[in-house]
Amino acid sequence: MSNTSLHRKSLAELAEGLRKREFSSVELTRACLDRIEASQPQLNAFITVTREQALAEAAQADQALAEGRAGPLTGLPIAHKDIFCTSGVLTTCASRMLSNFVSPYDATVVARLKAAGMVMVGKTNMDEFAMGSSNETSYYGPVRNPWNTDLVPGGSSGGSAAAVAARLVPASTGTDTGGSIRQPAALCGVTGLKPTYGRVSRYGMIAFASSLDQGGTFTVSAEDAALLLRAMAGFDPADSTSVDEPVPDYVATLNEPLRGLKIGLLKEFFDKGLDADNERCIREALAVYEKLGATLREVSLPALPLSVPAYYVVAPAECSSNLARYDGVRYGYRCENPRDLMDMYKRTRGEGFGAEVKRRIMTGTYVLSAGYYDAYYLKAQKVRKLIANDFARAFGEVDVLMGPTTPTPAFPLGAKTADPITMYLNDIYTIGANLAGLPAISIPCGFTPQGLPVGLQIVGPHFTEARLLNAAHLFQRETDWHRRVPEAFA
Amino acid sequence: MSRTEWETVIGLEIHAQLATRSKIFSGSSTAYGAPPNTQANLVDLGYPGVLPVLNREAVRMAVKFGLAIGANIARTSVFARKNYFYPDLPKGYQISQYELPIVANGAVEIVLEDGTTKRIGITRAHLEEDAGKSLHEGLPGLTGIDLNRAGTPLLEIVSEPDLRSAREAVAYMKKLHTLVRYLDICDGNMQEGSFRCDANVSVRPKGSTKFGTRTEIKNLNSFRFVEKAINYEVERQIDVLESGGRVVQETRLFDPDKGETRSMRTKEEANDYRYFPDPDLLPLVLDEDFIEDVRRTLPELPDQKAARLRSQYGLSAYDAGVLTASRELAAYYEDVVRAVPSEPKLAANWVMGELAAALNESGLEITQSRLSAAQLGGLLTRIVDGTISGKIAKEVFEAMWNTGQSADAIIEEKGLRQITDASAIEKVIDEVMAAHPKQLAEYRSGKDKLFGFFVGQVMKATQGKANPGQVNELLKKKLPG
Repeated sequence: MSNTSLHRKSLAELAEGLRKREFSSVELTRACLDRIEASQPQLNAFITVTREQALAEAAQADQALAEGRAGPLTGLPIAHKDIFCTSGVLTTCASRMLSNFVSPYDATVVARLKAAGMVMVGKTNMDEFAMGSSNETSYYGPVRNPWNTDLVPGGSSGGSAAAVAARLVPASTGTDTGGSIRQPAALCGVTGLKPTYGRVSRYGMIAFASSLDQGGTFTVSAEDAALLLRAMAGFDPADSTSVDEPVPDYVATLNEPLRGLKIGLLKEFFDKGLDADNERCIREALAVYEKLGATLREVSLPALPLSVPAYYVVAPAECSSNLARYDGVRYGYRCENPRDLMDMYKRTRGEGFGAEVKRRIMTGTYVLSAGYYDAYYLKAQKVRKLIANDFARAFGEVDVLMGPTTPTPAFPLGAKTADPITMYLNDIYTIGANLAGLPAISIPCGFTPQGLPVGLQIVGPHFTEARLLNAAHLFQRETDWHRRVPEAFA
Repeated sequence: MSRTEWETVIGLEIHAQLATRSKIFSGSSTAYGAPPNTQANLVDLGYPGVLPVLNREAVRMAVKFGLAIGANIARTSVFARKNYFYPDLPKGYQISQYELPIVANGAVEIVLEDGTTKRIGITRAHLEEDAGKSLHEGLPGLTGIDLNRAGTPLLEIVSEPDLRSAREAVAYMKKLHTLVRYLDICDGNMQEGSFRCDANVSVRPKGSTKFGTRTEIKNLNSFRFVEKAINYEVERQIDVLESGGRVVQETRLFDPDKGETRSMRTKEEANDYRYFPDPDLLPLVLDEDFIEDVRRTLPELPDQKAARLRSQYGLSAYDAGVLTASRELAAYYEDVVRAVPSEPKLAANWVMGELAAALNESGLEITQSRLSAAQLGGLLTRIVDGTISGKIAKEVFEAMWNTGQSADAIIEEKGLRQITDASAIEKVIDEVMAAHPKQLAEYRSGKDKLFGFFVGQVMKATQGKANPGQVNELLKKKLPG
């Protein structure tokens, strides 16, 4: 088998190839690195490429493979969103503020995948501090959609999504605060999994909104996501909000039959905001599930329309506090020649943060201020509780909820940057799961006539990742949307 | 108006550093005095991506305190972020407790100058992390930051505005200082900042039920400063009011060199701290078992101990109060009593008298005493059994203090054993009478006052070793002739 076709393989297929010694981890890693470097001018999916370190890790992996010490992920390349701290490697969060920050430690997710033998090939581009839905707020320039480079890849994990879509890497990590994994996964036509809040450690994942942030995966298939999640998930004593629940073998249950699965269709998701092509793809996907033995029924979450305003109070509030540490005192960007302390604070933060980050810091500071706290922050927390209750009630009737991941397919660069509210509404279908802490996955379920991918979103009760992956995998056995690759990267 | 018509109202916020080995949200050591920034890890430094993990020991200590003051222990309490920018505050917020503190509604009793007791309410006590320190010394034109202290656990203890004078404030602060050391939750070292307070002070016309505008004096780290700062501030506020002005609500700093307080920032300049629950920490939920476990570790508390010393040893309230000022002092006292069980008052006098004076003179704490309780007990035993007189005992004590030898060794070495042999004393009396015929004649002719002269001569001749009671008795018999 020639190395030129390695990129067409899924993570599971590559793992098998490595085990059978059809190719080495060094060969595979070099192929990824070459594709990454070749794609940079068009896609700009990476902020840092760690070629030498990656090849050294790959050589070690090959040795482990040769000595029979390899695990299921040994030698497989992965790219990490630049929000995950990586020891000795630049970790920027796509911000000028951290443009010189070399992390002294590995995030738990990074450490676990490293311990599993995975080879990090680089750090992917993203919206600055994960704030954005189009990957246009990055200090390092926008990422472009591999299906059409005039379009955005979605955000905030745009680089991670584009990297898998263009088959630069077989898998990447991302984070999802309001849809930052699922929305770019949908817009780029890949499988994006946001686990239950607390399932994956947040330690070393640079905080945007702590009560919503959750690390997850971008892969070609649900099977690959199961492989990765099994290694990433689990209690971490360094993260008090991680949950001490056993990690099931997600791979083992992928083929459980779906007969009798009760699927809820969220009435609120099939609204007038939903693009007709997207809706057609979703309806066709649902028909596949019916064929697999599932039953469909409409359910309503009356509080769900309040999710966007509630989110845009809670997330900025937490971000305004989380980003206070970037003050120029200990690390990161510091302005030139500060006159005094106040001048240093003001110019460091004024120059170090981009416009969207500043907008959210200001919004968050405002909603937490004396006299406004009750009206905004407390009210938003109550709405959040209502939404969580709505979901809980729905899961009393159905096993999973399905619907579109996004209202529309990918949109052109610059189309929504002038109006933040329009941009925020792109997350309308994804935010609910974050507010309620639920696991959710987006899988490719068709294409628009313009050849743009559409994502189907599946949401389940807390800690039902195995069920979501199972449902996604069986769909992917019936369809090949997830195996399609943009022509330019075929 | 004359000054007596004003009433002072004071509430204290005491910050007690909890004596945990590691910090409240990280594994760094809390030991004092290390070179700057050697005890600050990534969590303390507020690095990107790090998260706090609560130290259970700090929780245990806060609960212990709450139980000791008869407070409610919150089954659920919440950590909140207090947001403000300062270079020694690495995250840009301090993790504290705001709406739901771990301890609420307790009280302690203080003893007033007239001997009566007064209940001082404690509104709340909450857990929080300390900030670091800014350093200026040796850094001309620069500010250095030392984050060793950042993340050290603090218990902030907030009193009700129940205190009515600087003296009451000091008595209350001392009471808590004693209590936290009894509980072994704070080393009480005020010089190192382990125990410090902010004082909220206002004045109002006597009889008024409305509080006056208060000022807050920050960071007082000695009992003396608390007293001086409050007294200064009370006078200042009365001056302002009596000259027709208004007290401005503000934060003030005490300058110990000048003995005055000065304005730091007014209410208008105050930070809006934007408190909100810290999403990195789950609500702290305590179950009954945990609380009962902590209850079982409570030692005998100062008030209980003082009451017991009074009833068990017949001590006065004052003596019992002094002897229970620290757990170590009380333990020392009780060890001394064990040597002379029939004379607890004698033991109290010696511990509070000679021993306290010697310690004070040498600048030592009871735990550093050069004489062990057993050694002092050995000395008192010799008083009780008549081997030496109380007066000689003082001489022996001094020698013991200086040499560390036992009482018996010194009595032996210096030949200080009391003379109780009547014939030996009679022999000395005979010699004294023979040596002073003139005084003897005068005495016999009615000059009774000279009796003391003869006592003195006999004691002098025996170097103070003759048993004074026997000397008196025998002189009364022999002098009349």
